[in-house]
Amino acid sequence: MSTFVYMTKCDGCGHCVDICPSDIMHIDKTTRRAVNIEPNMCWECYSCVKACPNEAIDVRGYADFAPMGHSVRVLRDEERGTIAWKIKFRNGTEKNFESPITTKPWGEFIPKLAEKELPSKEERDSELLYLEPNGLNIDTGLPKMKKMKFKQGVYY
Amino acid sequence: MITTNPFAELTATVPSIAMQLFVITMILLVIIGTFMDILHKKNVKYFFQNAQKAKKQAKRNLELGEKTTIIFKTIGSDILTTAELGAGKRRVAHLLGMYGTILFWISSTIMIFCYSASNSITPSYLPFLWHLGALMTCIGGYWFWFFLRVDVVSEAYPWYRLIQADLFVLSLVITSTLGLIWSLFQSSNINGWDTLFLTLFGLSNLVLFGGVYWSKFAHMFYKPGAAIQKNLAEADGSRDNLPLPSDKPKQFGLGIKRESPKHY
Repeated sequence: MSTFVYMTKCDGCGHCVDICPSDIMHIDKTTRRAVNIEPNMCWECYSCVKACPNEAIDVRGYADFAPMGHSVRVLRDEERGTIAWKIKFRNGTEKNFESPITTKPWGEFIPKLAEKELPSKEERDSELLYLEPNGLNIDTGLPKMKKMKFKQGVYY
Repeated sequence: MITTNPFAELTATVPSIAMQLFVITMILLVIIGTFMDILHKKNVKYFFQNAQKAKKQAKRNLELGEKTTIIFKTIGSDILTTAELGAGKRRVAHLLGMYGTILFWISSTIMIFCYSASNSITPSYLPFLWHLGALMTCIGGYWFWFFLRVDVVSEAYPWYRLIQADLFVLSLVITSTLGLIWSLFQSSNINGWDTLFLTLFGLSNLVLFGGVYWSKFAHMFYKPGAAIQKNLAEADGSRDNLPLPSDKPKQFGLGIKRESPKHY
């Protein structure tokens, strides 16, 4: 579900350009409005959708998300700190979701690796990544699933 | 300089009727350019289709009085004070440029059509408004050009990189700058230089008004329409399919500490 911009609503403020982790939100050279230059490289994080102060960015939903012909729209309330999503299906059915925003301020959780101790050989060979499992708020280690539990073939 | 009508001084070399024909030509160029832009982009067609779609999804019908109130409110906030740009530098720069340009154009037209004859006496406020308008456009325009343009601020391109989207703002500020320089040379009686800058002023006007089809000039006609449609859709309940406003208490989530988009 890549994102796209309504040109009439965008005022070219640049918040989506700034926040896009994939660097695919750019400024159009003719209209100076935001544009997703590479929709197939969009990893659907929706940072731009949420960052847009004018509700100018929408999601083009794929059929696995909702049948074709639906609309997905997002409304952010900066004061209340909520984000609401509305999916309108082509038959008129509506689904509404609202959640508190949990986005952290810029740069707050970037670890200063240069100041940390070098990892030991055991840590380097471990399957655990940096700050895992404590960084995931799991004290008991990562959850494990027994191999035998998997079935053969495609399943959901 | 600022209380002298530069067009009245010009009548010694350029007849008043020629100046008036130039202004009419510029207006015609804007009309033709906008019309071609509409035909090419089909944006007006899309706009009305979208408005029709929104009307079908309306939760209630708006009375004529209610519609009028919304339109006047939109004119007051979204159009006259460009509220969509939020409170910040971009809005101040835009307002400076917008009102500067309006003052510049209106005072130019009045001075050319009413006070360009050699024996007419121009009220001193008109040339003052002309110079003030040009100065405001320069301040707003150059501020935007050097510091606030999103491709410079958010994408880290250098200020001297030119793209097609710059045609409007650049031709606008260059026209005002050249107008001011021409007025300065004319009032200082520096022959030759005033003719040179008058020619450049005329040429920059041709680029500004003749380039409507290629530039963002026509956005000043489209933006008010889009703002009115957006506010009408909000009032009639269709809301462009947006979710309903939140009923949660303040600071329900972490909230947004919006920062300037400068984290490249």
